[in-house]
Amino acid sequence: MVKKKNKKKVTKSVAVKDQQLGKKKETAREKMIGQSIGYRYDVNLLPDYTKITPFLKKYVEAMGWDDLNWLEDVHMGYEEGRPAVFCRNANGWVTIPKSIKLPNNQQDRDMIARELLVKFQMSPKHPLVDLKKAYLKF
Amino acid sequence: MANLKNVTKKTKAQAMGMHTEVLTGRTQQKFFNPDEAENFYYFGTYDVDFNKRTDLDVKNMTAADANKKIDNLMSQGYGTIVIKNPQGKHSIGVGILNKLNLIFEGSLGYFGMGSCDGPTVRINGRVGWSCAENLMAGKVVIEKNAGSCFGAAIRGGDLICKGSVGARTGIDMKGGTIIIGGDAGAFTGFMMQRGRIIILGDVGINLGDSMYDGTIFVGGEIGSYGSDAVDSELTKSDQDWLKRKLKVAEIGENFDVSKMKKIVAGKKLWNYDNLEPTEKKGAI
Repeated sequence: MVKKKNKKKVTKSVAVKDQQLGKKKETAREKMIGQSIGYRYDVNLLPDYTKITPFLKKYVEAMGWDDLNWLEDVHMGYEEGRPAVFCRNANGWVTIPKSIKLPNNQQDRDMIARELLVKFQMSPKHPLVDLKKAYLKF
Repeated sequence: MANLKNVTKKTKAQAMGMHTEVLTGRTQQKFFNPDEAENFYYFGTYDVDFNKRTDLDVKNMTAADANKKIDNLMSQGYGTIVIKNPQGKHSIGVGILNKLNLIFEGSLGYFGMGSCDGPTVRINGRVGWSCAENLMAGKVVIEKNAGSCFGAAIRGGDLICKGSVGARTGIDMKGGTIIIGGDAGAFTGFMMQRGRIIILGDVGINLGDSMYDGTIFVGGEIGSYGSDAVDSELTKSDQDWLKRKLKVAEIGENFDVSKMKKIVAGKKLWNYDNLEPTEKKGAI
């Protein structure tokens, strides 16, 4: 019985893996150790500034910066087979709503991820708001 | 005999139910709301105006008092603060989680501008060890030289030193960009995990030692490569980005970026083993 359960789990994880955004060929080392290594996107991908959204332009201007600054490190990845972006403040993947249609281009997707992440982090509903209320010392 | 269970007082966090969740290590089921209102600042931060300017002389203040005073000025809406006579004080300007234009007229000691998220800072002097450690976002410009561990463990933002820096610059960095106009010491980019380092001058021995990921661009000579640091091809996209970044950093605008060397991780030190979880289970 236990063996059957394990088999089911393996099938499910393969199915989820097949849906992953930014899926790439396994490296020789990944094949050897039998698991995926590294990040869920190319962390070294530099942003294409021609694709910047009006919202991000306003954000950069409001903060007094000359470019995307910390958002240069934000990319769209995936979580449990769905597109998502990692929020470093909440330390978790935040899933993109199904209603948002994503372009078939990583640079465009990254800009959407950056915009949504800023909106999420600055929202009064962000998990850190409750944590701040609970733990703020001064 | 007192019952310890009854004596223990609930913390505010416990009272809010934050310690009742089951910690399974799974992803937080958070979803974006695309209709979120347009807001550029963290909830609860100060609404400051860059055009509202003031001076703060910290000559006779401790670093803690100076930091509290900066916070107080931000709460009054001051968006540009000029710090006079910092006199090499340690841990000054730390923990600013606000947009702010901060100018230091002098040099800072150790751990200056640590754990900041958002401010634009200009330091018209030198800085000691670990300047802008754990920077999350913002821009920090140092007009002269910097000490060791410059930008240690930064997560984001731009950190610029127009002069030279000491050893272990960008150690353990997890994002952001470090730009150095002069030379850099040994073990630059030691154990870096992601982010970018640009060095226009020469760099010491063991560059990018044990780097996990990220990119290092070097304009001058390299003392030696560290373990698992390898050369990579400089692409057109890299060159465009470098030109843009150097312009933002106000240094090396006429620098020939096409001759820069690009160093990345060879990824031979990525030692994952599928036996590891089983071994862990056995140990537990």
